[in-house]
Amino acid sequence: MTLDKVSRGDIIEIVSIEDKDIRAQAIRLCIYEGSKLKCSEKLPAGPIILQNRLQEVAISRKLAEHIIIEKVS
Amino acid sequence: MENTITKKDLKHLVLVGNPNVGKSVFFNSLTGMYVDVSNFPGTTVDISTGRYGDYIVEDTPGIYGVSSFNDEERVARDVIINGDLVLNVIDAVHMQRDIFLTQQLIDMGKKVIVAVNLIDEATKKGIKVDTEALSGQLGVEVVATSALKGIGMNEIKQKIANAGVGIKTEGVQELLNNYDLNEITEAEALMLLEDDEVLSERKGLPTAGKREEIYKNRRQRVDRILESVLSDSYNGTSLGTTIGRLLLKPITGIPMLLAIMAGMFWFIGVFVAQTVVDFTEGTVMEGYYKPFIESILGFIPKNSFIGSLLIGDYGLLTMTVIYILGLLLPLTIGFYMLMSILEDSGFLPRIAVLSDKTLSKVGLNGRAIIPLILGFGCITMATMTTRLLGSRRERVIATFLLGLTIPCSAQFGVIIGLLTPLGMKYIIAYTALLILIFGISGVLMNKILPGESTQLFIDLPQIRMPQFKNVMKKTFVKAKAFLIEATPIFALGAVLITVLQYTGLLGTIENAISPLTVQWLKLPEQASVVFIMGIIRRDFGAAGLSHMVLTSPQMLVALITITLFVPCVASIIMIFKERSKAEATAIWLGSFAIAFLVGGVLAQLIV
Repeated sequence: MTLDKVSRGDIIEIVSIEDKDIRAQAIRLCIYEGSKLKCSEKLPAGPIILQNRLQEVAISRKLAEHIIIEKVS
Repeated sequence: MENTITKKDLKHLVLVGNPNVGKSVFFNSLTGMYVDVSNFPGTTVDISTGRYGDYIVEDTPGIYGVSSFNDEERVARDVIINGDLVLNVIDAVHMQRDIFLTQQLIDMGKKVIVAVNLIDEATKKGIKVDTEALSGQLGVEVVATSALKGIGMNEIKQKIANAGVGIKTEGVQELLNNYDLNEITEAEALMLLEDDEVLSERKGLPTAGKREEIYKNRRQRVDRILESVLSDSYNGTSLGTTIGRLLLKPITGIPMLLAIMAGMFWFIGVFVAQTVVDFTEGTVMEGYYKPFIESILGFIPKNSFIGSLLIGDYGLLTMTVIYILGLLLPLTIGFYMLMSILEDSGFLPRIAVLSDKTLSKVGLNGRAIIPLILGFGCITMATMTTRLLGSRRERVIATFLLGLTIPCSAQFGVIIGLLTPLGMKYIIAYTALLILIFGISGVLMNKILPGESTQLFIDLPQIRMPQFKNVMKKTFVKAKAFLIEATPIFALGAVLITVLQYTGLLGTIENAISPLTVQWLKLPEQASVVFIMGIIRRDFGAAGLSHMVLTSPQMLVALITITLFVPCVASIIMIFKERSKAEATAIWLGSFAIAFLVGGVLAQLIV
């Protein structure tokens, strides 16, 4: 499934990120293929917040549509 | 004399770190000089330079990696490449993110020393960092510090000379050896390997297409290192974390956002724009400065060309100076102070997240909230800030919406004064119309303009108490930078207007638009003078309306038209400076046309 389908509180694993530049920027912020993260917040029709320990990253909804994930729990 | 060593012998010590890791405190401690701090990725780039012993210390903007993704990175990359030693400041709370940059600096072949800062905050959160093990794994000196409390600062200073080349990511050295390292440095070679287009062009060498591979290996190495270095019993319930959470939930975040906006509105709109400006512009400038300058230059006839240029109604020494020092200076300081507090506290990125959905409808992303907020202060200042937006398309949209729909604070005060007596119905109508026009023109621009806007992808820093000293220093550096850039623009605007007035062209333009004013907008003939005045200073225009006898619907038409109408002459010049000629002309004429179109339609309906 894609990241925009995630629910708040889900633990997910990143499968692939479509955009090359976003992929490079994401890996610096600990978001990369295989990393496990928590969706700590999801704004109605707005950005999705992914959390890894104390690190939080906001990703726009449109961008999230192009990130493939797998739900872990 | 202290300068027995020539500048050539001095080594360049470069401070590098992610945004908001406390790098500025290191810079101040080393050099005793000022540095600009910012935690929002994308503010105007500033580089500070100072001296520490035999070193020239250079500060770089906060970055997440060395590359060319934005201005900050491009600037930092060049400073790092030219530096001799790197002091890398990392956040003990965000090691996973920050060590990635550390490892990249090591892969660049730079001599590095690492300060694991905010170590006290990490300890409080239950995070333990084994600095010795980290030093062993990275192959460079590592010191635990808490710069604000002065912990570890002496140790860092003693060890700077020990900064050394560390252990590179697996495979990187082999790739670097493919280059002629007598021709280019390892740092430059790594940038080519990591597909940096700017460097490729500069060196006339191709990029290697290895970014993905190197980044992956680096990330794996960093995660592996941290497993043996980091132990935490993190529970995640500090006050900062809780506030950060609440800000991002619409049900709590939107009321908090509205409260922040109301606070800002009071501070700027009431305190700065009225109390402070009444004093600076009214008492000081109009009361003392103007009579003073007029008496000194009294020998120049006021109606001569030189006279009107210098001390006339729009004179360089009268209106321009009074406007800049009496009005603009306090407003700019007020606005930058608020923005600095929002940035340093970590609120600003969260406001960007909350507004992302709405702004994406007009082809912008959440980051555009920064120029839009600044627009309520001064359109000229806000137009300059559109530089931080991710694409040219977004900069055009934001510039247009700013010029068209956002009333600047100078104008805002006068408009509120004229609108309030008309009653709630008119206040709502005015606000609703502006929001509607903002929405419609934004959506249309988003549809018409080719290309794609960039998407929001930002790091959310911890909510922290802003440091008073940092906020003040940053405010003054930014206000100064703006005034230095804007003063010639305001002066040029004043000269332009004086020439138009002196040659009688101003009157000709007024006459030319008066049929439009009378028949189409259904306003008295003098209103055309008011519109022209609005170009000189938006608040002059609005203030001119108070001397006219207008019915309530006429007043609404006039206020809407003057708000939408071209921004002031200084912001027009700034628009021409920032955008291409064609774009700027389109923005200028577009807001002209929309102002008269909307005002006219409204007049035909309600007057």
